[in-house]
Amino acid sequence: MTNITDYLKEERSAAWREELRKAKKNKERTDLTRVKMPEAPARERARSYVEVNSGLTPEQAINEASRCIDCANPTCISGCPVGINIPKFIKNIERGEFLDAARTLKETNALPAVCGRVCPQEKQCEASCFYQVKMNREPVAIGYLERFAADFEQSGGEISIPEVAAANGTKVAVVGSGPAGLAFAGDMAKFGYDVHILEALHEIGGVLKYGIPEFRLPNGVVDVEIESLRKMGVQFETNFIVGKTATIQELREEGFKGFFVGSGAGLPRFMNIPGENLVGILSSNEYLTRVNLMGASTQGMDTPVMRGKNVVVIGGGNTAMDSVRTALRLGADKATIIYRRSLEEMPARVEEVKHAQEEGVEFLTLNNPVEYIGDDKGRVKQIRVQKMELGEPDQSGRRSPVPVEGSEYIIDADTVVVSVGVSPNPLIPQSLPDLKVSRWGTLVVDEETFQTSIPDVFAGGDIVRGGATVILAMGDGRKAAASMHQYLQGQ
Amino acid sequence: MNKVVSKQHFSENVVSLEIEAPRIAKARKAGHFVMVRTDEKGERIPLTISSADTAKGTITLVIQKVGVTSRKLTALEPGEFIHDMVGPLGQATHVENFGTVLACGGGVGVAPLLPIVEALKKAGNRVVSVIAARSKDLIILEDQIRAYSDEVVIMTDDGSYGQKGLVTEGMEQIIQREKIDQSVIIGPGIMMKFASMTTKKHNIPTIVSLNTIMVDGTGMCGACRVSVGGKTRFVCVDGPEFDAHEVDFDEMLMRLNGYKNEEKEADDAYNCQVDKK
Ligand SMILES: Cc1cc2nc3c(=O)[nH]c(=O)nc-3n(C[C@H](O)[C@H](O)[C@H](O)COP(=O)(O)OP(=O)(O)OC[C@H]3O[C@@H](n4cnc5c(N)ncnc54)[C@H](O)[C@@H]3O)c2cc1C
Ligand SMILES: Cc1cc2nc3c(=O)[nH]c(=O)nc-3n(C[C@H](O)[C@H](O)[C@H](O)COP(=O)(O)OP(=O)(O)OC[C@H]3O[C@@H](n4cnc5c(N)ncnc54)[C@H](O)[C@@H]3O)c2cc1C
Ligand code: SF4
Ligand code: SF4
Ligand code: FES
Repeated sequence: MTNITDYLKEERSAAWREELRKAKKNKERTDLTRVKMPEAPARERARSYVEVNSGLTPEQAINEASRCIDCANPTCISGCPVGINIPKFIKNIERGEFLDAARTLKETNALPAVCGRVCPQEKQCEASCFYQVKMNREPVAIGYLERFAADFEQSGGEISIPEVAAANGTKVAVVGSGPAGLAFAGDMAKFGYDVHILEALHEIGGVLKYGIPEFRLPNGVVDVEIESLRKMGVQFETNFIVGKTATIQELREEGFKGFFVGSGAGLPRFMNIPGENLVGILSSNEYLTRVNLMGASTQGMDTPVMRGKNVVVIGGGNTAMDSVRTALRLGADKATIIYRRSLEEMPARVEEVKHAQEEGVEFLTLNNPVEYIGDDKGRVKQIRVQKMELGEPDQSGRRSPVPVEGSEYIIDADTVVVSVGVSPNPLIPQSLPDLKVSRWGTLVVDEETFQTSIPDVFAGGDIVRGGATVILAMGDGRKAAASMHQYLQGQ
Repeated sequence: MNKVVSKQHFSENVVSLEIEAPRIAKARKAGHFVMVRTDEKGERIPLTISSADTAKGTITLVIQKVGVTSRKLTALEPGEFIHDMVGPLGQATHVENFGTVLACGGGVGVAPLLPIVEALKKAGNRVVSVIAARSKDLIILEDQIRAYSDEVVIMTDDGSYGQKGLVTEGMEQIIQREKIDQSVIIGPGIMMKFASMTTKKHNIPTIVSLNTIMVDGTGMCGACRVSVGGKTRFVCVDGPEFDAHEVDFDEMLMRLNGYKNEEKEADDAYNCQVDKK
């Protein structure tokens, strides 16, 4: 680790950084208040797909960047799973060198425009910021600034395409085009490999495309990143299911020397309670896929989606927030979250909960559905709900919900979206019987190298972690690329 | 993009398309299906691979016009392209020598039945097939089914061809006459429900191939879920074939109608578009 500390020190002692630190007293910096993200008005945005956060202006960004005191011991960095040199990119913003800021981000983060928007900053980088930790004040808006720098680069049309080593003629395959696969592909292309991404769906991007809605992460933002991978020579093949369209063994015979599995945790879970298969009850994956991947809400698209008037979403994660806010945009009069713990335990990003509240979503926390009741056509019309209270903390440290006896009551609903978690995609393990799998169905990998029990197969992202985050998936992809590179060099 | 190389009309509403898809042709087995998206605005629909030619690298789909997507597909001509096609999907049919197999196909269900009948015959079974439809012009693939069956019984609702009567009547005749070891039934939901009741009555092990609504076809959405033996299963990854006597057909039929209104709207819109042209 010493070399990283040294590197940070050296960067920090750059003349321009010293000068910038002297330009303002720390007191002046800490007196500033945290920037507010400009947002589309709640009433308007709840009925349209415009991005909710509209992004900082250059003045706002520079001002916010000057709050950062460029700590000698930047604790924020340890909060970022990929260890972005946060003060360096922020200070570049402060001095107006936005493209340098973007370049700094790209040293470690392949998708800064995405992470700036969707990372749970309040649990990661910002939770470890000096302001938060030492002064109990609002942290520097690292996420907003990251997005600002990345967007600035994207909008200028001056995307820096990383340098690519001379082609080494070795073919590697990537299974799945989510953030794990994309990050892996980017690094392998830089090392000079002939990289082929094989994707089951007809779109590239994984959850970034079919899951996270346009109002939170516009597809265009993801497409720019995909385009830069293309320019680096990465090849994409859609409609290709590894294990079905061709097996790993067949691909080996076609000359592929290494495989990275980033196939995600795309299988929806249901609660297995009575009435769950009634018409009008669907998984959040189905709901969001119909809207985001198949464009069901757009005129002229063939795929239909249920436009309920009274929509209830079960769950408290990002997926549940995305679903309930999508319901509003599809014209629901009433959109409700039912979650079995309290608001504090919700795993969703804090900002998404806040936005949902502003948009008029109702929250029935400490409640849990126990049965669905249908009409004579088999369509859901009511939910039997049970009240919950919080008991002792469980393994995850969250207090576990306990049903309150005799507290059941009935509410109306014409559409229910079940958003209670996902399971790993079983396609790859099914087609590779030798692959070591945990009892949760995730792939077992070496913690450092991300190599699976089959030497030429590496894996990362949700297929290894279960449902996790974009930044963790990306970090895995990058580490796996480094170790596959070593492995293949040694061959 | 997959190119249509040839086309054949079986009836006004049923068309067979031979499509370039070399990898799928090589990997597919009886019982597999593909997901197809006709164009950038299209939806993804499941279609059984009726046959494949590995030398030519093509697969054949038999498609019945029921709504927007199936109509767009049946309107394609040789030389035109299907935007997206992915597969082969689902579990392959379990094929062994059972002895005598009663294979029943209703309407366009005869298309997915064909590769199964072929595989069963090649595994040494005696195959008796019952193919049924509303009327003569809806009977499809008769010659192909004959090629792999020891006997074929044809039933039409209106008596315009073969015998007059429902598929279940044709089945009863054969069951009364000889010992059946296994049955396979594929057709509209309602037909499978009643045909399965018939084999259940006679204690004949039976598989059905379910045709639920699907979105991705890879286990990602749960749109295709059905109750089998009291458990929720996903047709696209756990099926499409299941033990007929365990399937909750009433629930499946109910779920098939889930998007009726939306489908009707899309169909009307498509009609308007076609009318304008
Ligand atoms: C609605 C929703 C909202 C979310 N919001 C956030 C958020 O705000 N912040 C955050 O950090 N995280 C969020 N997450 C979680 C985050 O999106 C995931 O952790 C992340 O996408 C995982 O990346 P991945 O690359 O491992 O897999 P995925 O993004 O799931 O991509 C896997 C890809 O592999 C493909 N695939 C699967 N099997 C095969 C096969 N056999 N052959 C070929 N291709 C295959 C799939 O089609 C898919 O495209 C959210 C998730 C959802 C569903
Ligand atoms: C595994 C599987 C294999 C299939 N194989 C074939 C095949 O080989 N040939 C073929 O013609 N069809 C097959 N089907 C059915 C086919 O997928 C549907 O006919 C198609 O999705 C209808 O799409 P559409 O847009 O044309 O009609 P829509 O507008 O979606 O529907 C029009 C009407 O058809 C009904 N319908 C919708 N989906 C289905 C369905 N899955 N089954 C029965 N009725 C439905 C609707 O209720 C509605 O009344 C298969 C289905 C499955 C699940
Ligand atoms: S990648 Fe995520 S955790 Fe890291 S600095 Fe950016 S927003 Fe924070
Ligand atoms: S901890 Fe906060 S103030 Fe310190 S360098 Fe990081 S972002 Fe700046
Ligand atoms: S079609 Fe989506 S899970 Fe089966």
